[in-house]
Amino acid sequence: MIGWPPFGLAARILCACCVLVAPLAVAQDTARRSGYQDMGRSLQAMQDDDMANPAMLWVQEGAALWTRRAGSADKSCADCHGDVGGMAGVAARYPAFAAGLGRPVDLEQRINLCRTDKQKADALADESRELLALAAYVARQSRGRPIAPPDDARLQPFIAAGDALYRRRQGQLNLSCAQCHDDNAGRKLGGATIPQAHPTGYPIYRLEWQGLGSLKRRLRNCLVGMRAEAYGYDAPEYVALELFLLSRARGMTLESPAVRP
Amino acid sequence: MRLALALLLLAVAGAPARAQEAPRPYTISGDAIVSSLTGQPGDAQRGRAIVASRQVGLCLLCHSGPFPEERFQGTLAPSLSGAGSRWSAGQLRLRIVDAGRLNPDTIMPPYYRTEGLERVAKAFAGKPILSAGQIEDVVAFLVTLKE
Ligand code: HEC
Ligand code: HEC
Ligand code: HEC
Repeated sequence: MIGWPPFGLAARILCACCVLVAPLAVAQDTARRSGYQDMGRSLQAMQDDDMANPAMLWVQEGAALWTRRAGSADKSCADCHGDVGGMAGVAARYPAFAAGLGRPVDLEQRINLCRTDKQKADALADESRELLALAAYVARQSRGRPIAPPDDARLQPFIAAGDALYRRRQGQLNLSCAQCHDDNAGRKLGGATIPQAHPTGYPIYRLEWQGLGSLKRRLRNCLVGMRAEAYGYDAPEYVALELFLLSRARGMTLESPAVRP
Repeated sequence: MRLALALLLLAVAGAPARAQEAPRPYTISGDAIVSSLTGQPGDAQRGRAIVASRQVGLCLLCHSGPFPEERFQGTLAPSLSGAGSRWSAGQLRLRIVDAGRLNPDTIMPPYYRTEGLERVAKAFAGKPILSAGQIEDVVAFLVTLKE
């Protein structure tokens, strides 16, 4: 049965045992709050400690994939990009405009462009373990950096489209993203605190999923909760929403890979 | 003849039961729908279960109320406690059927409206959130909530 129960189920189980006290590792922002700040201390501690953060398993896998040759070009990511340290700051400015395509692409799509165009290999499937592992490994290099969307005039129409989507009522429940995430952020939807929807930690390890997932998957979850038809994974609507959310979160600290309930 | 009937039944079952679940007409007088949507009174006991259910009524996602067994209740909307003292059955019925008639900006979903909704998921397309009978059950329950 589809509904809102996915929200906050894990939080319910977890808050029963939150006794750990950990320092806030994520910088506080007076008006804007990361979902991190709405989590219990035990989840925050899980995110902050690389030994406890389950997403680090994907990061390790990403490190192995980074140096593995693939495709008919028989090249690894490292063959062209060298040390992954060169990827510092990249995840903080995606989605970005892909001139060859004439439209913006998100980090996962950018990685897949390198798979198909540079490695001459098949694209990795959306939400596949490999694609998430590479995205997590690349995004990890930007941890602690401010979200810095590019000042690129070509992105403006796409950001505006995302803004409009964010405010549009959809689905059988007739709700817009803004009605929850702007008008009611901080309030309780059943057991879950409604976050401000800042994409500060993607890809995230979500307890509800028992696995890593992209921002797209998170947006799909909200659409399903609204009982709206989820867009296909390759739909431009997601990239537009992602761009809008990133521009709204400009300057906030990137936590990737984060943990969320 | 038999075959034709069987095919017809199949077609009806396949086309997510649109026709039979489309909302029945009702009359709004002022801020209320005075008459029962089914012509019958609802069942308060069943109504309570619908209101408390996170899959069916969804009410407690937003509202709180006199449900001591429900640990997680919403804070997006006023408590349902005392709703039966504040509102008549007819006012409660319109509120649930289509709260947007009372407040166009409301976040309360239109439980008995299928028109004017965008991009509804296929599984729910053309169906109201609650059936006429379920709404009558909910109304019967809410009127018992006196303070
Ligand atoms: C044959 C060389 C080559 C290979 C192999 C390659 N890339 Fe790239 N990559 C590039 C080039 C060149 C660019 C710059 C954009 C362009 O020209 O398309 C790029 C851009 C990128 C970007 C965006 C960087 C930015 O600053 O915006 C990311 C992220 C990336 N690659 C990840 C990967 C990953 C992950 C792999 C391995 C799966 C990989 N690349 C494999 C050549 C390569
Ligand atoms: C009915 C309220 C509601 C609506 C409508 C809604 N969401 Fe959400 N959203 C939530 C809740 C609650 C969570 C947190 C779930 C949890 O932690 O269990 C969430 C989580 C998120 C997150 C994750 C934030 C983080 O910290 O990682 C993003 C991003 C998001 N929503 C975006 C959207 C977008 C975009 C839309 C519109 C397409 C939307 N939401 C519609 C309630 C809503
Ligand atoms: C998405 C959130 C949401 C859901 C789900 C929801 N409501 Fe509401 N409801 C509201 C809000 C907000 C109000 C306050 C008035 C307004 O904004 O329209 C309200 C108002 C009401 C009122 C009038 C409250 C008063 O006494 O002033 C009643 C009664 C009510 N709702 C009943 C229900 C019932 C029964 C359900 C489930 C079948 C339900 N609501 C589901 C958000 C919601």
